[in-house]
Amino acid sequence: MANESYETHEHDVLVIGAGGAGLRAAIEAAAQGVSVGLVCKSLLGKAHTVMAEGGIAAAMGNVWPEDNWQVHFRDTMRGGKMLNNWRMAQLHAQEAPDRVLELERWGALFDRTKDGRILQRDFGGHRYARLAHVGDRTGLEMIRTLQYHGIHQGIDVYMECKVERLLKDGDRVVGAFGYWRNTGKFVLFKAKAIVLATGGVGKAWKVTSNSWEYTGDGQSLALWAGADLIDMEFVQFHPTGMVWPPSVRGILVTEGVRGDGGTLKNTKDERFMFNYIPEFFKGETADNEAEADRWYADKKNNRRTPDLLPRDEVARAINAEIKGGRGTAHGGVFLDICTRRPADYIRKRLPSMYHQFKELAGVDITKEPMEVGPTCHYIMGGVRVDADTTAATVKGLYAAGEVAGGMHGSNRLGGNSLSDLLVFGRRAGLYAALYAKDFGGALTVDSAQVASIARMMLEPFTRSGGENPYAIQADLQQTMQDLVGLIRTENELREAIKRIETYKQRARRTHVDGGRTYNPGWHIALDLASLLTVAECCALAALERKESRGGHTRDDHPYTDDTWGKINVVIRERQGALALSREALPEMPAELKALFQERK
Amino acid sequence: MATFTMRVFRGDATGGGFKDYSVEPEEGMVVLDVIHKIQATQANDLACRWNCKAGKCGSCSAEVNGKPRLMCMTRMELFQPGETITVAPIRTFPLIRDLVTDVSYNYEKARQVPPLRLKPPEPDGTYRMMQEDIDRIQEFHKCIECFLCQDVCHVIRDHEDKKRAFAGPRFFIKLAGLDMHPLDTRDRSAFIKEQAGVGLCSSTRCSTEVCPEHIHITDNGIIPLKERLADNYDPIVWLLRKFRGK
Repeated sequence: MANESYETHEHDVLVIGAGGAGLRAAIEAAAQGVSVGLVCKSLLGKAHTVMAEGGIAAAMGNVWPEDNWQVHFRDTMRGGKMLNNWRMAQLHAQEAPDRVLELERWGALFDRTKDGRILQRDFGGHRYARLAHVGDRTGLEMIRTLQYHGIHQGIDVYMECKVERLLKDGDRVVGAFGYWRNTGKFVLFKAKAIVLATGGVGKAWKVTSNSWEYTGDGQSLALWAGADLIDMEFVQFHPTGMVWPPSVRGILVTEGVRGDGGTLKNTKDERFMFNYIPEFFKGETADNEAEADRWYADKKNNRRTPDLLPRDEVARAINAEIKGGRGTAHGGVFLDICTRRPADYIRKRLPSMYHQFKELAGVDITKEPMEVGPTCHYIMGGVRVDADTTAATVKGLYAAGEVAGGMHGSNRLGGNSLSDLLVFGRRAGLYAALYAKDFGGALTVDSAQVASIARMMLEPFTRSGGENPYAIQADLQQTMQDLVGLIRTENELREAIKRIETYKQRARRTHVDGGRTYNPGWHIALDLASLLTVAECCALAALERKESRGGHTRDDHPYTDDTWGKINVVIRERQGALALSREALPEMPAELKALFQERK
Repeated sequence: MATFTMRVFRGDATGGGFKDYSVEPEEGMVVLDVIHKIQATQANDLACRWNCKAGKCGSCSAEVNGKPRLMCMTRMELFQPGETITVAPIRTFPLIRDLVTDVSYNYEKARQVPPLRLKPPEPDGTYRMMQEDIDRIQEFHKCIECFLCQDVCHVIRDHEDKKRAFAGPRFFIKLAGLDMHPLDTRDRSAFIKEQAGVGLCSSTRCSTEVCPEHIHITDNGIIPLKERLADNYDPIVWLLRKFRGK
C-alpha cells in the first residue's frame, strides 16, 4: 500500500492552516502574483478563529483619541511580563489598525460608534477601549470576511486535508506530504515556500476551549524539519471557561463579559479580584469598587477594574479562590453581569453568551450569574520567527499566528490574537512570496522521504490488537491537566515527562479499525505524534524555567526572576532527541524602553 | 438516568444502515457528546464532523430523529428516558461516510456570489456607517454555514435539474447582505434572478425554522431580495437606493 500512487500539486507558496493567519497569508501571497495553495484540516471557515468572541485589538482611537500604537505596545509588553519579542509587539501595535480597516473594506461590519466609525470595547490589560468587535462573535465576522474575499483571489483551497510531514531538500523546505481526510488517499505538495498557520496545542489538556484540530501540528512539523521552538512553557489558561454541566466544561466565556461590566465573585458574594492586584499592576488598577465601577465611563480619572487584569493574573486568582474553599460546588466562581447591566444591553452586547448559557446550561445570564473557571486556551510559545519576515530558522519556512512564538511573551492579552493573525499573516504571505520569487534551482522532492512517511502513516492499520488511540489521547489530557496545568512543580513536571514517555511507546502500537475513508480513529492515531511532541516540549520547557512569569507558574519558584526575564527557552530536535537551551531575549532599543519609564 | 440507545447511521455511498449503541448518560450531555463517547469506546472509526462544540462553527449538522439540527446544541434532556434516538447524516448532500456528507455544492455556490464593490471612501480614507443601517445585515452575518437551511430546501433536495441555477437560502441571505451593504455599489439583479434563482423559492419558511442562529432567512432576507429585484427593474429606484446607501 505504501507504494500506491498519490496526487501531486505544485505551488510557489503553500499555506498550511486556514484560520485568520492562514487566510490572510494566502491573500497576501496571491496579491504578490505567485501561485498559492491553502490546506486546512476542516472545511473552509470552520477553523478556530471562528470561535473567537471578544474582538480585534487595534489602537484606532475611535473611542479614546488618547490611544495610539505606543500605548498598545506598552500594554502588550507589560501583559507579556516583558518577555515578548519587542519588534513583533511593535509591528503588531503599529499595523493592527490598518488591518482592521482593510477587513472593513472587504465587507466586515463591526459594531459602530455614534458617529459611524468602528466601535471599540474594553478588555483585560488594555488601557483604553480598543477592541473592534461584532457583539461577541468577532471571530466569525473575521473568518467569513477573509474567506469570502479569499475565494476570489485565485487561491487553490485543499479542504479536509492534513499535512503529516514537511519535505526537505538539503537545508531548505520544498514540500509537504499528507492525506485527504475524506478518502484517506495520500497527497504531495511541492512548494518553494511554506507558511505554517496551524494554530495551537490545547487538545493536549482535558479542560480546554480548543477543538480537535489543536494538536500542535505546525509546532511539530517545524521541529521535525529542524526549526527552533521558543517559550513552549507559556500556556494561557483563560480565566473564564464554562464549568457546568460536565459536558460543556472548558467552553469559552468571553472576556467581553467583564469588558462590558461583569464582575467575578466568590460564594461569599465578594468581588475577590481586589485581593489579587499584583505589585506590577498596582499603579494602574483600582483598589476599591467605587473607582473600578467609575472607570468604565471615565478612564481619565479612574484606574482599571481588577476584573480586567491580564488573563494569567485572573486565572490564578480564580484558582486560589477555589482552592481556598470559596468556589462553587461545581468547582468554579461566579461571573455576574445580571445585577450590573440591563437585560437588553446584555442580549445586545453578548448574544452568543446568552444563547450558549441558555441552551447548554439552562442559565439565563440576564437573571443569574454564570459559573466559570480556568480553561486551557492558547499557547504563547511556538515556532521561533524573525519579527519582520516571520521566517522560521529553516529556509523556506514561515509561521504566523498562534503557531509562532515571541509576539505575546509569557502571556497574551485578550484581543491581541485576532490582530496578531492579521498583522503577521499578511507579513508571512508577503515574505514567503518574495522568497519563492527568488527561489533558485530545481524544486526536488526525495521520493524515499515520501515513501517512508507513507509507510509510517499506514502502520496503525496493519498492527493487530494494539492500543486504542482515543485512550492514549485521554490519558495524555489527564496528565497535562493534573501535572502541567496552571500551577506547576518540579516533581509533577518530572512525573509528567515520565508518563509522556510511556504514551509515546503506546502511540507506536496504536491499532485502528475500518478503512481509510473519513476514519477519525486513524486521524487521532496520526495526530498523537504531534500532540505528544508539543506536550513533551511544554513539560520540558516548564521544568527548565525556574521562576514564575505570565502563563508559567511554579509553586516551587513562585517569584519572577530578572535573570530569567532576559532568556527564552529554546527547543530543537537534533539526532532524533529534543535539546533545550537558554538564549538571550532580543534587547529593546532605548527609545522604546523610554515608553516604560513615563508611567508606572 | 437510564442508558441511552443511539441509532446511528453507519455506511458510505455504496450502502449502509442504522446501528444501535448503548451509552451511559452524564449530566448535561448533548448528542455530539454521545457520538464522541461512541467513537472513543465502541466505534473508533465512526465518522462525524465537529469543531467548536458551542454552536459557533456549524460543522456538526445532522438529522436527529429526522429533524435537521446541530448535534452540539441538541441536549439529550430533550428526549424521553428510554427513547431511541436516531442520528442520520443530512440527506440532501451526497454521503461520504456515516454522518459526513459532501457539502461542496455550497462552496461552489459561494464562489459564484459577486463580491462587494466599494464606493469611494470619506476624505480621510475611511468609511462611515451608522449602526441602524447595518443591524439587518449583521443578522445575516450571524450565519455559521451549517447548511441546515440548504439541507431542508426542497429545490436543492428534490430537484437535481434546478440545483445548478439555484443558490439556496444560505446564499440568498449572503446576497441580501451584500445588496444592502451601505458601501456596496454592485448591481447583482441579473445574478440573483438567473444564477441564484431566487424566484424558485416558494417562501414557505422551512429554512428559517431550522436555522440554529434564528436568522429570519425568509422574512428579512429572501422576501426583501425578491422585492428589491422587482424594484431594480426601475433604474431610478436602484440608483437612488445605492446613492442613499440603503
